[in-house]
Amino acid sequence: MATRSYTSRRELEQHSFSPAVAILVPLAAILLQALLPRPFPRLAILDLPLIITVFFAVSRRNPVAGCLTGAAIGLLQDALTGRPIGVNGMAKSVIGYIAASIGVQVDVENLTTRIFINFGFFLLNSFLIFLINRRLLGNADFHILWLHELIRAAINTAVALPIFFLLDNTKRRE
Amino acid sequence: MESFFTRFKNVLVLVAILLAQTIGLAVQVRRPVEPGAPDGSNVTLIRYWAVSAVTPLERFFHGLGYIVRHGWSNYVDLRHTRQQNHDLQEQIARLRLEQAALSEDAIQGHRLQALLDFQQHYVAATVAAQVIGTSGSDLSRVLYIDKGSKDGLKPDQAVITPDGIIGKLRDVFPHTSQVLLINDQTSGAGVVLATTRIRAILRGSITGQILINNLTPDSRIKPGEQVLSSGGDQVYPRGLPVGTIESIAPDPNNQPYTLIKLRPAANLNQLEEVLVITGTQPTLPVQAQHDLAAGAATAEAQAAAKQLADQQAAEAAARSAAQIVADRLPSLHDPDHPDTNDAAPAAPGTAAPGGVVPKPLPTLHPDRYTPGITPPAADLKPGAPESPNPTTVTNPPPATQSPTAQQPAATKPRKPQPPPDSTQPQPNPNN
Repeated sequence: MATRSYTSRRELEQHSFSPAVAILVPLAAILLQALLPRPFPRLAILDLPLIITVFFAVSRRNPVAGCLTGAAIGLLQDALTGRPIGVNGMAKSVIGYIAASIGVQVDVENLTTRIFINFGFFLLNSFLIFLINRRLLGNADFHILWLHELIRAAINTAVALPIFFLLDNTKRRE
Repeated sequence: MESFFTRFKNVLVLVAILLAQTIGLAVQVRRPVEPGAPDGSNVTLIRYWAVSAVTPLERFFHGLGYIVRHGWSNYVDLRHTRQQNHDLQEQIARLRLEQAALSEDAIQGHRLQALLDFQQHYVAATVAAQVIGTSGSDLSRVLYIDKGSKDGLKPDQAVITPDGIIGKLRDVFPHTSQVLLINDQTSGAGVVLATTRIRAILRGSITGQILINNLTPDSRIKPGEQVLSSGGDQVYPRGLPVGTIESIAPDPNNQPYTLIKLRPAANLNQLEEVLVITGTQPTLPVQAQHDLAAGAATAEAQAAAKQLADQQAAEAAARSAAQIVADRLPSLHDPDHPDTNDAAPAAPGTAAPGGVVPKPLPTLHPDRYTPGITPPAADLKPGAPESPNPTTVTNPPPATQSPTAQQPAATKPRKPQPPPDSTQPQPNPNN
C-alpha cells in the first residue's frame, strides 16, 4: 500500500474535480443566472457565477487555478451582458485568487467560515466592479447602493451555503 | 531570475490576467461610440462565441417551459374561457366605437399632415420574437430573443410590445439578438410629454428606473402625464407609449434640473413576446387604412342612425302632441265617420295645405248665435222684421249621446226669444 507524506495544509486538503464538473457546473450557473430572472425578475439579485468561483477557488486551494477559473467565468458572464467584456472577469479573477489564498490558510469546510468568506467576497466583488467602472472605464454615473449590496451579499450567502454542501459531493480527494 | 518567477508565480499570473483584461477593456472603450451602440467586430465575435454556447441551452429550456405552460393553458386550464371570450367581444365592440369616434380626427390629421408636408414614419413591418434569456445581471438590463439577422433584424431597430416601447437591438447574431432595455443605464430615447408637448431625453438608471433629467422645473408637468416617443432619436417611431410620470423632484446632483421618474408602459420585467420594428413608411399601412376606413364608415353609420332616431323621436313627439290635442278637443273627431282614422296619412297630392278642417259638432241647444240659424245676408231686406222662427236646423244626434239624452234636445228645441218690440203676431201655444 502506497503511503503519502503531507508537508502542508494545502497538500492535506487540496481537492480536484472531474473535468465534467469543472466545466458543466460553471456553465450551469451562468445558464441559470440567465434563465431565472426572466420568470422571476427578483432573482437577478443572485450571483451564482460568483458562488461557483468562490467554491472552486477555496476547494482547489490553488491561486492560479482560482484566478483562471474566476477569469473564465467572469468573461463568460460579461459576454452575455451589454457591458464591456472584462469587468466581471477582472473582479472574479481577483476574488478567485484571494479565495484560493485564504483557503490555504483557514479551514473553509467550517460553516461559520463559509458564511464569512461568502459575505466578504460578495462585498468585495461589488467594490471591485465599482472601482473598475469608475476608475478604469471612467463611468462617472456609475453608483453603488451599499445598502442594496449588503442585502445582496446576505441573500447570496444564504444561497451559497446549500450549494456549497451540494457541490462538496463532487469533490475528488487526491 | 528563475527563482523570482517561481517564487512569485501566483502573483505574476494574476497580474498578467488582469493586465490582459485591462487591455481588452481599453480596446473596447477606445472607440468613440455612444452608449448602447453595438460592439466592434472583435468584441462581437467574443460575444457571439459566448451567446452561441449559452443560447442553445436557453432555447431548449425555454421551449420546454413553453410546451408545458401552453399545454396547460391551452388544453387543461380552460376555465373561464367563455367568460373571457364574452369580455373580449365586449371589449372589441367598445374599441370599435372608440375607433369610430377617433377615425374622423385621424383622417383629418392625416389630411393636414399631408397638406403641411409633414414627414411621418408609421410602423410598416414587424417581426415577432420570443424572449429566451437575460443577461443575468441587474447591472446590465438586456434580453435575448430568438430571432436574428437571418430573420431580417439589424442593430438599432426598435423593440416594442402592444403596451409600449421596450428597447432596441444592440448586437444581432444569426439566430439570436440582444435587446438593450430602455431602463438600462446606457439606454436613451427621445420622448415628448403627451399633454404639454415638451420634448425631453429619457435615460435608464442603475436601479432599473426610467428617468428624465434634462428638464427645468415646470408647473405644467404633473404626475400621471403620459410620455410618448418623439421620433427624434431615429430609433423609435413617433407616438409610441413610453410610460407615465410617476414623480417629479429636484435633481440633487444636477441643479437646477428636475428628476422625473417614469413608470414604463410595458412591464419590462415580465416579457414573453416582443415585436421588432423592421420597417417604417411615410404613409399608413394598408391594414391601418382599412381599419381607419372601417372606423369612418362605422362613424357615418352611427351618425345616420342617430339622425334617424332623432327624427323618429321628433315625429313621435309631434304625434303625441297631436293626439293630446285631439283628445282634449272633441271637434277633431268626426261623429259621422267614427271609424275614420285621423292619423292615417292622406294620399299624396290630395291633402289640404293646412290639413283637414274639422267639422263642428251639432249644437245641443241652438240659439240665434248658432251657426246656420241666421239667414244669409242676401235674403234679408233692410227694414224687414226679423223672422221669429228662423230656419229649422236639423241636427243629427251626437254619436256619443245616449237616446235618452238625445230626446229632450230633439223634441224640445230651445227657441230663440223674440225681441220685445216685435210686431209679428205670436202663435198662441194654447191653439
